[in-house]
Amino acid sequence: MTDFFWLVGCLINNMKLNELTLIEAVKKLQAKDISHAELYQEIQKEIAKKNPELNMYLTINPEAEHEAEKLLNTPLAGVPIAVKDNYLTKDMKTTASSHVLKNFIPPFDSTVIAKLKHAGGVIMGKTNMDAWAHGSSTETSDFGRTKNPRNPDYLPGGSSGGSAAAVASDTCIGSIGSETAGSIRQPASWCGVVGLKPTYGRVSRAGIVPMASSTDSPGPIGKTVEDCAVMLNFMAGKDPYDATTSILNVPDFTQFVGKSLKGMRIGVCYIDHPKIIGTAAALSIEQAGKTFEQLGATVEQVMLSESLADGRILNPNYAIAVYTIVQRSEVSSNLAGYNGIRYDLGRGEFGAEAKRRIMLGTFTLSKGYADKYYVKAQQVRTLYIQNFNQLFQTYDVLIAPTSSMGYALPLGASKDNPMFGELEDMLLEPSTIAGLPGISIPCFRDETTNLYLGMNIIAKQWDEQKMIQIAHAFELATTWNQWVHRSA
Amino acid sequence: MDTKIYTTIVGMEIHIELATKSKMFCGCKNDPFNAKNPNIYTCPVCLAMPGGLPVPNRQAIEWTIKLGLALGCTIPLFSKFDRKHYFYPDLPKGYQISQFDQPFCKDGIVRVPEGDVRIQRVHLEEDTGKLQHAVVDGKKVTLVDFNRSGVPLVEIVTEPDIRSGDQAKAFLKKLHQIIKYLAISGADMEKGSMRLEPNISVCKGAFDGVLPSYKVEVKNINSFNFVKKAIDYEVSRHIDILETGELPKQETRGYDAANSATISQRSKETAEDYRYFPDPDIPPIRFTKDQIETIKQTLPELPDDKRIRFSQSFGLKDSDIDLIIDRQEHADYFEKCIDVINSTPAFDRVTPYMVAKALINSRGVVRVSETEFVQAISDKLTDLTIDPLILVEACRKITEEHHDAVESYHKGKESVIMFLIGQVKKELKGKGDAEKIKEELLMQLT
Repeated sequence: MTDFFWLVGCLINNMKLNELTLIEAVKKLQAKDISHAELYQEIQKEIAKKNPELNMYLTINPEAEHEAEKLLNTPLAGVPIAVKDNYLTKDMKTTASSHVLKNFIPPFDSTVIAKLKHAGGVIMGKTNMDAWAHGSSTETSDFGRTKNPRNPDYLPGGSSGGSAAAVASDTCIGSIGSETAGSIRQPASWCGVVGLKPTYGRVSRAGIVPMASSTDSPGPIGKTVEDCAVMLNFMAGKDPYDATTSILNVPDFTQFVGKSLKGMRIGVCYIDHPKIIGTAAALSIEQAGKTFEQLGATVEQVMLSESLADGRILNPNYAIAVYTIVQRSEVSSNLAGYNGIRYDLGRGEFGAEAKRRIMLGTFTLSKGYADKYYVKAQQVRTLYIQNFNQLFQTYDVLIAPTSSMGYALPLGASKDNPMFGELEDMLLEPSTIAGLPGISIPCFRDETTNLYLGMNIIAKQWDEQKMIQIAHAFELATTWNQWVHRSA
Repeated sequence: MDTKIYTTIVGMEIHIELATKSKMFCGCKNDPFNAKNPNIYTCPVCLAMPGGLPVPNRQAIEWTIKLGLALGCTIPLFSKFDRKHYFYPDLPKGYQISQFDQPFCKDGIVRVPEGDVRIQRVHLEEDTGKLQHAVVDGKKVTLVDFNRSGVPLVEIVTEPDIRSGDQAKAFLKKLHQIIKYLAISGADMEKGSMRLEPNISVCKGAFDGVLPSYKVEVKNINSFNFVKKAIDYEVSRHIDILETGELPKQETRGYDAANSATISQRSKETAEDYRYFPDPDIPPIRFTKDQIETIKQTLPELPDDKRIRFSQSFGLKDSDIDLIIDRQEHADYFEKCIDVINSTPAFDRVTPYMVAKALINSRGVVRVSETEFVQAISDKLTDLTIDPLILVEACRKITEEHHDAVESYHKGKESVIMFLIGQVKKELKGKGDAEKIKEELLMQLT
């Protein structure tokens, strides 16, 4: 139905302002074609209409429009951005969707939020997520699940489900999420939007409720690849408050939009995995390969391998175990400080998923078991890193389906499945534990369900620009992005 | 009971707070002892707010390595920080950032006459907050002050090489002296910026390298003397127990200074599981040999080297040198005095030995410049050559002026002589050798 209204809107040349992309909105505001009041009223109307059912926003910033008015002459001109509720926001409640932080009002902004504000972005509100980012469904939120705007009988994915849904529902202009392994790209894929996970260390983690510190990567979720490039521009960079951020110079990521793909070498991965082979997701990626060939790139399939072998990609199955052990270990440690003494409500308020993870992580770090689990996991992690290093000597980027399960699953699918997230994010885990960047873009839409498939494009460390270049070319050459092709 | 058939086995853990400007992992001021109010030197990092991330303090790492070098340690070129998990209300993150299996420094040695003590490791970690038990609004509460949370804390662990309370004391004095020479810590035991924890056990017969199956850790000791007393107390307690055929309990005890005894605090039957793992928030640290060499260049001359040089250059006795080099500033003062002598022909009769003796007599409290100090010594030398006639004249004048004093001397109050000497000295404007004056006075009075 959403698409129907959008089509009618375009036809009568009366496109609603909340449907603007970030780049369009900034341009129109700065050219004074539209006012902040007009834009925010449209957004607020849309939120009022959709949020009660979809439950994307946990907190709405009542001052958003007022704050925006002063920001016309900034790079982001005061556009409304939806922010995942694990980013600390000064004087605005930050819960990470957990009862433990129900009453937590941070006294400071996370680095990304400070940068967002500096660039002229306005927090529209704080979005729902899996509690503590533990999950890939948004169903583990202590404040109710979010529904998929494309079809409310389905899950939006997670953990950044609220942020992806806010973009898909045009209740914001852009959003920011965070990913540990799939938490940006998987919901972006299920909601039919663009999600970009930067290289680990490209964007500061300071002031973000931590999940698994060695893979946590904050990143943008947007309507188009270019919107994500713009947002990444202001998010990235060395931060004195995060020792794991890189001192490398940050390029202007928007510069790589619109460049030819001639000579690019693309490897197609995981479509021969037994769980994927022959699925709609696999077919959509094969189709994408053909598109890239037409755009001048060299495309080759990279076969699955059970061990390190030249020109082959390691089976992602092992990455599930590696990621699960490393992440649960770090989670058990990162959640140790919530003891009810200072600003939080204490350990009694943890939900079932957090408790499961604390127990498993405590076990994998315990004396006598650490060598068997944690240390071994780190050794296998090194194998994946070596595998990717080798593959990126041959290929500029690797492409694969974003979600191992393809389309969004129906509401309730994560229930009684403690490994739901890890199986769902299986195809994203190998590159994640290697710290690599990736972007998920829509690459197919099922007309009956209105649900999307996503393509994950990964590049080597610090090479986001290449995946942005390739993703953007695909977005233009195909019709799957509703915002790029609204006037088609 | 024959104590000779028992061997004392003691290893020490010493914690010192580094006196860096800022804390270990954040920019907060590192000055917990002088803070006017609780919780004023805090931030999201040392309060463990969500998203507060540790950024290591370079100075603290360099000072730790400097200490390691001063203790003769090897400095591995690769190191890392680990998380050590345990719950306590003064530990806001639920874990302490410490170093587990790859400390900054290892395998050092401290030489003391009572027996060398090998250093197993020197590592860097963070201090905790401080608990305060108080009554607020009629309710008993525990308050937490995080001013100390995240202060850089160095832990020095020795091998179990200490065989007596005296050796422990000598080792600790030496260690303290080195730390003061490096000027990296206040190392004040009263305030708690240096904390001493001996691990004590006793075995029957000679120690053959196999540690006894128990050990007792003693905490809350705030002086070297108390360490000695605690060890002596524990050793005799252990021997008493061993004599009955029992094994002392593995436990943590506290030192009770008022009674020179230790008191059981908690049993430590099982080893705690701290679930150590590398802190993912802090990248591993790699050094080059050049970087370590650069730190080495900043080491001052340490007491052992100074002793040799002072002995060779000034021909002083070791016991005198020890008193002079006890603290770096005393040694420096002494050397500056020698410079004054060497550059001033008028002082050519003053010897290093005289300066050393004068310094030792002043017990380290000298408030005048080096030139004035040497001048005073020189003046005394001149005193010896004062004209005997002037001395005789001065004594005569004083005995005449102070009739009453002379009278009470004759009545048997001999201490009056000191008063008369003082008066003569005054007459001579501070000059004059007391012995010579006394001689002359006694002669005139009899």
